[in-house]
Amino acid sequence: MTETFYEVMRRQGITRRSFIKFCSLTAASLGLGPSYVGRIANAMETKPRTPVIWLHGLECTCCSESFIRSAHPLAKDVVLSMLSLDYDDTLMAAAGHQAEAIIAEIKAKYKGNYILAVEGNPPLNEDGMFCIHGGRPFVEVLKETAADAKAVIAWGACASWGCVQAAKPNPTRATPIDKVISGKPIVKVPGCPPIAEVMTAVVTYMLTFDRIPELDRQGRPKMFYGQRIHDKCYRRPHFDAGQFVEAWDDEAARKGYCLYKMGCKGPTTYNACSTTRWNDGVSFPIQSGHGCIGCSEDGFWDKGSFYDRLTGINQFGIEANADKVGATAAGVVGAAVAAHAAVSALKRGRLEQSDGDNK
Amino acid sequence: MLSAQDMQEAAAHGRSVKAIYVYEAPVRLWHWVNALAITILAITGYFIGSPLPSMPGEASQHFAMGYIRFAHFAAGYVLLVGFLGRIYWAFVGNQHARQLFKLPIFNPRWWREVLFELRWYLFLEPDPKKYVGHNPLAQLSMFFMVTLTMVFMICTGFALYGEGAQDGSWAHTVFTSWVIPLFGQSQDVHTWHHLGMWVMVLFVMLHVYAAVREDIMSRQSMVSTMLSGWRLFKDDKP
Ligand code: HEM
Ligand code: HEM
Ligand code: SF4
Repeated sequence: MTETFYEVMRRQGITRRSFIKFCSLTAASLGLGPSYVGRIANAMETKPRTPVIWLHGLECTCCSESFIRSAHPLAKDVVLSMLSLDYDDTLMAAAGHQAEAIIAEIKAKYKGNYILAVEGNPPLNEDGMFCIHGGRPFVEVLKETAADAKAVIAWGACASWGCVQAAKPNPTRATPIDKVISGKPIVKVPGCPPIAEVMTAVVTYMLTFDRIPELDRQGRPKMFYGQRIHDKCYRRPHFDAGQFVEAWDDEAARKGYCLYKMGCKGPTTYNACSTTRWNDGVSFPIQSGHGCIGCSEDGFWDKGSFYDRLTGINQFGIEANADKVGATAAGVVGAAVAAHAAVSALKRGRLEQSDGDNK
Repeated sequence: MLSAQDMQEAAAHGRSVKAIYVYEAPVRLWHWVNALAITILAITGYFIGSPLPSMPGEASQHFAMGYIRFAHFAAGYVLLVGFLGRIYWAFVGNQHARQLFKLPIFNPRWWREVLFELRWYLFLEPDPKKYVGHNPLAQLSMFFMVTLTMVFMICTGFALYGEGAQDGSWAHTVFTSWVIPLFGQSQDVHTWHHLGMWVMVLFVMLHVYAAVREDIMSRQSMVSTMLSGWRLFKDDKP
């Protein structure tokens, strides 16, 4: 029989005390009540572990880099021990044919029972030749592996939305994975990269509860993507007060005022950075003095400068934003109205004159 | 008092009619409340997009952005409630109350009159026509730049509002839940909402100019009609 999570953890030298601590921290980070601690512990003690296959398409590996830095106590050991045994081409020991054999083996042995985690996305142009995995286009491997999976996790902005390789004009036609995989539940965990603790928590949730977390309309787990950075930003009092940084080196920047005018995308970005923070809760971009760039939002590369409050609109072939477009139109209409009024006045003047002549 | 219908019939039978009751009180009330709400929305909206310069001091001493946003949202609610009331009145009010929502696009005569009005504004027609309700060109521009734009502004505005009010709020359920996925993401909704403001600004510029100009140049009253409801005609010619 396959080992349970608990057995794997004990084998890794984790004490029962640490194990229970892990369960309660997981419950807390998932927003569950204390009564769930027991349920999580029970699930991990009794359930045979679910294998996870982790595939890499067009990506920069920042998701993996983030993931292995998870500071959530023990999560690193736990989740790595669950994953490394199976398949992750950047983390596992096996290589070459030996490695590829693992996928086939898991597919056969755990048909419909493993989780597929995808980092990066498949390019579709030139029959997918821009990303080759084990001698074949990545898109083929992806579809095949997804076919027998129980659920699919889309790691990061790449797998979820396309990210930089899909930015205009997207020469390789890099495509988010939900556009090529059908009929499987897909959990999107966007971000460039996603927060480590969010990644481990999503995996833990799926492994322990045997189901995917509640998703919003765009396929993201509500528990981590239900609020904007702006909703929980610690600089929010300065926003409400109307106190803004106006230049990177001004007094307001030193005082830590709101970065709205410097193009902060916190008000339009759904992520947990302002609550969870990064690197063991040390900081997050805004805390370090830089606005949010909106890396977990769809198409964030194509929305103009990271440093403009108003989104750039370049449809007209020139640099513009909503106010420039609108003010130009208003100027034209204003001039037309003025000219029209002048001609109208002339016409009226002449009419009155001729009226007068007729009398 | 005679209804507008009776008046028109009277006019059709060649009797001279000098004044017709066109805009009922709810329509007039809505017009001015709505105009005020839109003015507040456009000004506060502009400052939400490009905030005023910062003031020094403790954050707790100020609430500039808070007040501006509050005024925007309060005016947004007034706009919504007023618009719903106006829709209701389109059903129970007189025929002119329906002009904002129904274009007689299958009526060739109406299209000819749209063209006539265009020619009148381009100084190609020497004399204006008389209209009891809106002139057809005004009706056309009101339908696109007011009725449709307002629906758009209400949908996008309350979708943005629901983001702050969060999942579970009525605005989130009714608007945010489908508007944000429709546009892809919140930033695009902001941009379109912002462009919508400029459509309204253009309308108001043209509208106020046309109202004042027609008051002077046409053969009927305009501004006073929106105040008293009575349309006065300046001559007896048909
Ligand atoms: C934000 C500003 C304004 C907006 C959005 C607006 C919108 C409208 C709308 C939608 C109507 C049609 C009413 C209906 O059928 O229920 C209307 C009619 C009218 N408005 Fe305004 N209005 C604005 C400001 C003004 C101002 C400042 C004036 C006065 C100078 C004015 C004068 C009129 C007049 C005279 C009519 C009647 C036109 C006719 O009889 O054909 N409006 N307006
Ligand atoms: C004629 C109607 C309206 C106009 C002209 C208008 C104008 C604007 C403008 C220019 C912005 C700034 C957009 C940006 O660049 O981010 C804005 C933001 C906003 N508007 Fe409106 N708006 C209108 C109606 C509404 C309505 C009906 C609501 C609903 C309550 C609403 C809610 C909002 C919200 C929530 C924001 C974002 C505020 C923030 O990000 O802090 N608006 N509006
Ligand atoms: S810094 Fe950004 S997220 Fe924080 S309050 Fe200002 S605009 Fe919002």
